[in-house]
Amino acid sequence: MEQGRTGVALGAAMDDRLKSELQRAGIFVTSLEGIYNWSRRSSVWPLQFGLACCAIEMIATAAARYDLARFGAEVFRPTPRQADLMIVAGTVTKKMAPQVVRIYNQMPEPKYVIAMGACAISGGPFKQGYNVLKGIDRYLPVDVHIPGCPPRPEALLNALMFLQRKIDRQTLDASRPLRWYDPMDKAEFPVPSYGAHDLTPSSNRAFWKPEATPRNEG
Amino acid sequence: MTPDAPPSGAPAESLYGPRSYRVWGDDALAGQFLEVSMGPHHPSTHGVFRMDVVLDGETVVRLKPVFGYLHRNHEKLAEGMSWLGSMPYTDRLDYLCSMTNNWAYALAVEKLAGLGVPERAEYIRVIVGELTRLVNHICLAGFLLADLGALGTPLLYAFREREKILDVFEEISGARMMCNYMRFGGVRADLSPEVLQKIARIVDRFPAFLDEFERLVSGNEILLSRCQGVGVLPRDLAVNAGVTGPMLRASGVDYDLRKVDRYGIYDRFEFRVPLGEHGDVYDRYMLRILEMRESISILRQALAQMPEKGEILHPQAKLRNFRPKPGEAYGRIEGPKGELGFYLISDGGVCPYRYRVRPPSFINLTVLEDMCLGQKVADVIVIFGSVDIVLGEADR
Repeated sequence: MEQGRTGVALGAAMDDRLKSELQRAGIFVTSLEGIYNWSRRSSVWPLQFGLACCAIEMIATAAARYDLARFGAEVFRPTPRQADLMIVAGTVTKKMAPQVVRIYNQMPEPKYVIAMGACAISGGPFKQGYNVLKGIDRYLPVDVHIPGCPPRPEALLNALMFLQRKIDRQTLDASRPLRWYDPMDKAEFPVPSYGAHDLTPSSNRAFWKPEATPRNEG
Repeated sequence: MTPDAPPSGAPAESLYGPRSYRVWGDDALAGQFLEVSMGPHHPSTHGVFRMDVVLDGETVVRLKPVFGYLHRNHEKLAEGMSWLGSMPYTDRLDYLCSMTNNWAYALAVEKLAGLGVPERAEYIRVIVGELTRLVNHICLAGFLLADLGALGTPLLYAFREREKILDVFEEISGARMMCNYMRFGGVRADLSPEVLQKIARIVDRFPAFLDEFERLVSGNEILLSRCQGVGVLPRDLAVNAGVTGPMLRASGVDYDLRKVDRYGIYDRFEFRVPLGEHGDVYDRYMLRILEMRESISILRQALAQMPEKGEILHPQAKLRNFRPKPGEAYGRIEGPKGELGFYLISDGGVCPYRYRVRPPSFINLTVLEDMCLGQKVADVIVIFGSVDIVLGEADR
């Protein structure tokens, strides 16, 4: 084993012929990290949480034709305590944004967010509206964005596969600790509240760093 | 302790005005009310709807609906964009039935501009409109049964059939859900013979599916005991509250805009309007199943009568720089959820001066408290599910 690595490196470093020979004898060799990530990626439980139009396509993805179960993610959990993945499916209004963040806070780590559809990404066609949040990534760390209005079920499947690849890349390497293993990590994101004019804070500055433009400078 | 006086230490006021306390017997818990906020994140609220329910034990004493979690400024945005520009936004009102939303808006604008619709386009509108009704009603039946606890099977059956109809929509409009198909004075694309064949195949097979679905659930004992006699909406209340659509007809009022207004070419078709007797959840469920059978009959007639060739857009219809003459118009259709109307005022400009939607979902929801009072909290979800709402339309 390479020093400090329990990771994929072991599987890669091992001779393929030796591996297949062992497999014939019924011995399967993999790394701890490999099997850890494999089991996590194969049972991503999404939160049963629909906001708007995209939620119907989310249900269609879980239904018979597209069959989200093929990817191990068909177990929609109604409670955030049992969910790994939040699919923000639809327009997030300013009235709804605090609840979305609160639900996200209630999910156990490690947790992932898919922003499904134009509205969840940026406000979409309703961006001009005074009551529509211009993208959920102002408050939540989004892992995968799916464009479309609404995205087709295939797009959601693609996003899930993308997320699975992202999970695959996570490492147990001590030199690159994951956020949720850090005891000093603040587990809860600040929940915005409805201020005098708008949601306050207007974004989570810890990770939402828009490019400076004349309007948002300072 | 006298009735209606708060127990010692209990607040006399709640969020929703003075509390009324009743005392039942010597039970220490008697008169102790519990306020429960159901939603906006609730698996069965069909989106982001919230009900603040006051419970006495398990019985609902008060229910206050809280709207606005999906308020997307539909009407205000429409006043700032061109007449045709709001057509794709109407798709997103009631996102299960984009075709009928398009139709209602197109109808209102055609009334305002005095535009006619060619015959073939009228038939196409009826066909896609009735297909939309099938999609909506079957999805409602699936969701209602999911609310009742039949979590997987009926919904999967419903979505299996929905996919077949969405394939047709995708073929004619390019989009599964958000079709943006109607235009002022017609429709956007013609139906090819292959698509018509496909529709005919769906129409032929749908009754068999309905039989299968009904064998699966309609006579189910749990469904009967959970739905019959639950959430009764009296006839008078339904009329006075302005409830429309299947909700109204389940209470026994014979009012279907396809018969009353005979908009489009609905006077050419023979169909019956199913009516309920009791106005309970089961009647509302059953009425939708019966309506689907009537829709099949309309679809069969429309496919048979449809002219082979013809215009699909009125020759005077203008897609660009469309400016209807100043005036106002109200166009309404019998949407799958009820009377969907658009009230428009034109000042002769490129965008509407006033744009207002009459949403059936929102108005049908106003009687929710009356239906839920005295029922158990578990039935609230069932009653709510039988109203058939889509929040995109209720909150706009």
